[in-house]
Amino acid sequence: MSASTVLDWGLGLAQGMLVLAMALAAWRMLRGPRAQDRILGLDTLYLNGMLAIVVHGMRTGSGLYFEAALILGMIGFTATVALAKFLMQGEVIQ
Amino acid sequence: MNGPDLPAWAAWIVVVLALGGAGFSLTGALGLIRLKTFYERVHAPTLGATLGAFLILAGSMLLLSLVEGHIVLRDALIGLFITLTTPVTMLLLARAAAHRDRTEKNPGAPPEP
Amino acid sequence: MSTLLPHPFLSAGLTLMWLVLNAPPSPGSIVLALLIGLIVPAVMRALRPAPVRVRRPGLAVRLLFTVLYDMLRSNLDVAAIILGLRRGERRTGFVSIPLDMTSSFGLSLLSIILTATPGTLWVQYDSHTGRLLMHLIDSTDSAGWVRRVKDRYERPLMEIFA
Repeated sequence: MSASTVLDWGLGLAQGMLVLAMALAAWRMLRGPRAQDRILGLDTLYLNGMLAIVVHGMRTGSGLYFEAALILGMIGFTATVALAKFLMQGEVIQ
Repeated sequence: MNGPDLPAWAAWIVVVLALGGAGFSLTGALGLIRLKTFYERVHAPTLGATLGAFLILAGSMLLLSLVEGHIVLRDALIGLFITLTTPVTMLLLARAAAHRDRTEKNPGAPPEP
Repeated sequence: MSTLLPHPFLSAGLTLMWLVLNAPPSPGSIVLALLIGLIVPAVMRALRPAPVRVRRPGLAVRLLFTVLYDMLRSNLDVAAIILGLRRGERRTGFVSIPLDMTSSFGLSLLSIILTATPGTLWVQYDSHTGRLLMHLIDSTDSAGWVRRVKDRYERPLMEIFA
């Protein structure tokens, strides 16, 4: 087995596992039962999506996906913080 | 896909790191489904945010360093970012959940500290 | 020194981050990194961040390795719990810990440590009573956890930020 075959299959499998993790997180987000469960699911969805982008960058062997991953992480963080704050007080900006 | 060109030993190390990291992330997401109460479930995604992310980022740094021919540490910044932000989100979420459970007087509500 | 570099840690961190982002370093990016490390903390002064003083850098490094080791171990523990590999009964619950630490840097670092280790979750800290409410995914040995938080994390943090 050549090195590129190993890389292609291994990283493809890792990406598939991360996508499955995203699906599980999405299931928790859709099912609830309570708002905090949905936010937790959304946060996990963002996190695993970010890791999937990193693995995709590894598959193509380019560093171009670094910014995409970092930006997705930042958006996920802001969204989760805003939602959690909304849950606590009923308003985001005060 | 035009994949990167690496020596065989490096390819195996990268694949093992990536699969290990993806495995921990998947276990964390599985915990989101399997665990029974919300306060138990909050622990699960931390798995993906700590060891899962660390292993995947280590693999990515090794791969990109070999491909580009010099040491690439950029991905460590993602790791630093996750380490700093995950506690903040989990903390806020836990506090919000505790607040809601207490005002609604749910049986599973946390006691006062 | 203090007027030029009000926050040496922030300056060093920013410079290092800029260099990492622009690897491999060229003379131009090094100059730019030094400039950023010099200017941004001066701008930050408008926010009046409290100055942080690290007393014992050696102890801080040892604490870092302790935390990394604990993180690895609790990752494996929680993974075993989720996958159902653990035998025996597991109870989950809250535990309240009296803290002696009052420094806000120490407390925020402790919250990062406890939340970043799977299995422990910082829920609430009451600054009047100094008690911390924590959730444990496996609280069969809650007295051991209280000791662990106080001995392994709180005491070194108090010495570092004394």
